[in-house]
Amino acid sequence: MTEAVPSYLSPTGQEIVFLLLGAVAVGSALLVVTTRQLVHAALWLVVCFGALAGGYLVLTAEFVAWVQVLIYVGAVVVLMLFGIMLTRAPIGRSADLDSGNRVVAAVVAVATAAILVTVVIDGFRTAYAPLTPGPGSARELGASVFATWVLPFEALSVLLLAALIGAIVLSRTDIPGGEPADPPDDLSRSTPPPDQTGGH
Amino acid sequence: MHIVYPAVVAALLFSIGVYGVLARRNTILVLMSVELMLNAVNLNLVAFDVWLGDRLHSGQVLTLFVIVIAAAEVGLGLAIVLALYRNRRTVDIDHLRDLAEPPGDRPRPPGAHPDGRRERHDDEQPVQRGGGPR
Repeated sequence: MTEAVPSYLSPTGQEIVFLLLGAVAVGSALLVVTTRQLVHAALWLVVCFGALAGGYLVLTAEFVAWVQVLIYVGAVVVLMLFGIMLTRAPIGRSADLDSGNRVVAAVVAVATAAILVTVVIDGFRTAYAPLTPGPGSARELGASVFATWVLPFEALSVLLLAALIGAIVLSRTDIPGGEPADPPDDLSRSTPPPDQTGGH
Repeated sequence: MHIVYPAVVAALLFSIGVYGVLARRNTILVLMSVELMLNAVNLNLVAFDVWLGDRLHSGQVLTLFVIVIAAAEVGLGLAIVLALYRNRRTVDIDHLRDLAEPPGDRPRPPGAHPDGRRERHDDEQPVQRGGGPR
């Protein structure tokens, strides 16, 4: 793994494609965290996840790439858009999407990036993996999941079921048995009563 | 493929996610930034699985598990955000300060003045920004 590392100055086609996809992913991620429009942030998130799926394809992880497209681009972003719609977020530009500690956050993020990039470059400068197709296919991964990793797989299915039930219980308002401090309808909360508001 | 390339891309994505979690005010944008950080971890897992050539494919299988957990986390997080919006009419994290320390009596020993606790709720009433669809 560490002998005969090719030069960085003559990148292969796979590396060039991966670097372009990585640039797209990082740029669209920057737009996700800096854009002024909430819906545009969700749509830039689609671009970022799509570029990452392309990166997985280049890294010969085909099945993970398609699962990324299906779940992230298909389900998670749609959930985010539903959340944006249901919280009546402003559709156009809005000035109050960022909190007051942007400068501190930028300093922390730049420090994190500097430390991580320095350590990673220093530690894995000589790491090289020749890409051979095949080990990331659905056949290989399926055999691995259902032979070696079957117990965590089943535990995750139970976790998904629990999360689903929890989301339903949290989002329904007509389930009886709640504490009486919660009024059943929303509209009375716009002018909160003076003695119950701290109890949640 | 040099492993440095995906590792650096993952580090940059993680830092962008850190910035988003710290700097954004809307809760849904914070959830998006958490997704960015999880994707950085996924990219690392896939890259190092390719590098090490694991015969059990532990890196890619763990990536699938992380994707599943991220989906569950987003579902639950959005349910919590919607419940919050129903109760408070806002999803701005800066304005949800009911669990913060009151600004006046910071050095109070615990349990010394139980009356100050009740005054705090009256002080925090205008912070809630109730009413008015935004």
